[in-house]
Amino acid sequence: MKFKLEPKKLIQIHDLMIKSRVLEERLIRMYKQNDGYFWIGGPGEEAFSVPLGLQVNKGMGLDHDFLHLHYRSSPIMLSMGAEPIDSMRQMKNVASDPYSGGRNFANHYSKREWNVVPVTSTIETQYLTAIGTGIAQTKKGCKGITIVNGGDSGTAEGDFASALVWSSRPMMPLPMLMIVTNNGMGISTPYCNQFGGDTISARGNAFKIKNQTINGNDVEESYFAIQAAMKYVREERKPFLLEAKVSRLYGHSSASGANFVPGDVDSLDVFEKQLEEAKILTRAQMEKVRENYNSQMQEQAKQVKVEPMPSGDTIYDHVYYGQKGRYW
Amino acid sequence: MATMVQAIRMALHYGEQNLGVEHIFGEDVGPPLGGAFTATQGLTKNWHSPLDERGIVGAAIGLGFANVRCVAEIQFCDYIFNTIDLLKLGGMSTWATNGDWPSPFTIMTPVGAGIRGSIYHSHSFDAMMTHIPGFKIVMPSNALDAFGLMLACLKDQNPTMYLMPKALLRVDGDEQIQGEPPLTPEGKKQLKEMIDAPLGDRSQWKAKWPNLVDPNIELSKGKIVHEGNQVTVVTYGRHVLIARDVARELAKEGISVEVIDLRTLWPYDWSMISKSISKTKRVIFVNEDTEVTNFGEHLLRRTVEEHFYDLHARPRLIAGAFVPGIGLSDNLESASVPQASDIMNACREIVAEQP
Ligand SMILES: Cc1ncc(C[n+]2csc(CCOP(=O)(O)OP(=O)(O)O)c2C)c(N)n1
Repeated sequence: MKFKLEPKKLIQIHDLMIKSRVLEERLIRMYKQNDGYFWIGGPGEEAFSVPLGLQVNKGMGLDHDFLHLHYRSSPIMLSMGAEPIDSMRQMKNVASDPYSGGRNFANHYSKREWNVVPVTSTIETQYLTAIGTGIAQTKKGCKGITIVNGGDSGTAEGDFASALVWSSRPMMPLPMLMIVTNNGMGISTPYCNQFGGDTISARGNAFKIKNQTINGNDVEESYFAIQAAMKYVREERKPFLLEAKVSRLYGHSSASGANFVPGDVDSLDVFEKQLEEAKILTRAQMEKVRENYNSQMQEQAKQVKVEPMPSGDTIYDHVYYGQKGRYW
Repeated sequence: MATMVQAIRMALHYGEQNLGVEHIFGEDVGPPLGGAFTATQGLTKNWHSPLDERGIVGAAIGLGFANVRCVAEIQFCDYIFNTIDLLKLGGMSTWATNGDWPSPFTIMTPVGAGIRGSIYHSHSFDAMMTHIPGFKIVMPSNALDAFGLMLACLKDQNPTMYLMPKALLRVDGDEQIQGEPPLTPEGKKQLKEMIDAPLGDRSQWKAKWPNLVDPNIELSKGKIVHEGNQVTVVTYGRHVLIARDVARELAKEGISVEVIDLRTLWPYDWSMISKSISKTKRVIFVNEDTEVTNFGEHLLRRTVEEHFYDLHARPRLIAGAFVPGIGLSDNLESASVPQASDIMNACREIVAEQP
């Protein structure tokens, strides 16, 4: 195995992949211990999503990338610098949850400072709001692009087709990187029940949208495909459709038990074997990283447990921007 | 003497010039047509969207996230129903993020009957829309308000829904929008020459906009359009004109009707309604949306809860019949939505009723 990325970068990616996995396992544990009502998340998407998060032009406003994410995006957020404890706060729905103040499910991120628009549970609507930031970023000289991701089953919604239609019009092409993380399932519905084509990315052809399907369980393949797609969208100000084949390692959500499902490729396993083989990290070093995150997050979960819940009298706050209390 | 649609157009122009409006879009909104009702004719930032209502609303929400001001048009509200989940989403972003994201965008759409629009060009949307928290919702009844309320929407940091009463779009205003030509037949002609696109080839045409002044109409402020002391009629949109005519008629019979134009449906001016009810002790709510789970029913509920012991007669709602659509034939349309005679009879009846 010969890597193209620098060892330093590989070690950083590995660190973030472990961090994401340990966080998701911690969130699942919190759910099972009654410290949260529902879990849904991204274990199995790390090899694709960490390289994505690391390459985002992070910041606020049109010159930075806008992110319209779905609920499996924790590796993207952690790679951008999000704190694991904040995800635990959202899981426990305490008042200090910075993403929703205890109002939303775990992994429903939102961070205006980083152009991360609110994650919604509604499948595929993010491909519609992405059109809007895409239009905003057609402004002359604008450096930011719009990134949107979602699952494979969701592409059956008309909203996915809307994104293809709007982004590829010759009179107003949109700088949009449209991503589909294809885990082959939508809750319990296999891919073949949704779609008769070979690849989802090929749908881009009908709109003359550049597209590609990659193995999202491979770190380097993902890293370079994302790099090239981003470069194209950033420079050409045109859309790109990227499909990444990934795994769903703990089932759909807590609704299906949130137990490890053996059989699927675990990208972290694969990557660790490669790192060991290439003598970039030893097994002991990798175990150490995992142990460190495990104990850190265990402590953080304890801390979150005793943080105050939001008060019921705050329900009317923020119906309107800057408004507090009952307003009518 | 701008018509309501000219007033909306002038407001959008004002928005482009002074309020940072960067995108005005929807089906047929770009040149040469400038929208099915010409509300976007002669502007500079208007463009045709794909024929995709979900895309239009989603794009508006996204532009709001980007803090880029936009106005998106849904050609008729009859075609907005497949975007309800998106309106929910747009109305919820600020709340769901515990106040992190402002979400300023404006959607405008023609509503209501009155133009013999048959089943799919006559729907109302106020009942449905007032079920969706997070929006500010307006409906003007005259050209000056149409101008001022649009500017108020464009200055707001929240999602705004601008309902255009389509039967009033071609009605002349009777109050001056500061800066428009005088309210005379000559003035009307002059304005038409300035801002209405000519028939035929329009490729070289450019609108000449008057120098307009913002009337600073506040959201959530109603207006008493006819003073009275025996019964309060609360309404909005085209029924303001109908109710005002009824009030004038009934004045001749010695019946004194106070007519309130709500202007902003949500959040509405309860203090104005409440004060008026305290004075007249009788109230009728009027709108043309279907009567079951109608917005007027909410106003009735609040009236009963807060004014039960003030009332001298049972409060009433006059609204559209609860049927799937508005039938085309004259008799069918008239039987489906409130007519002047319905309001007139209800006023006579309620005033005659004694506790
Ligand atoms: C509009 C909408 N319809 C249905 C659902 C219920 N639902 C939640 S996740 C899901 C499956 C999504 O599958 P896919 O797009 O493949 O993404 P994955 O969860 O596999 O990553 C469904 C049907 C929803 N949340 N929103």
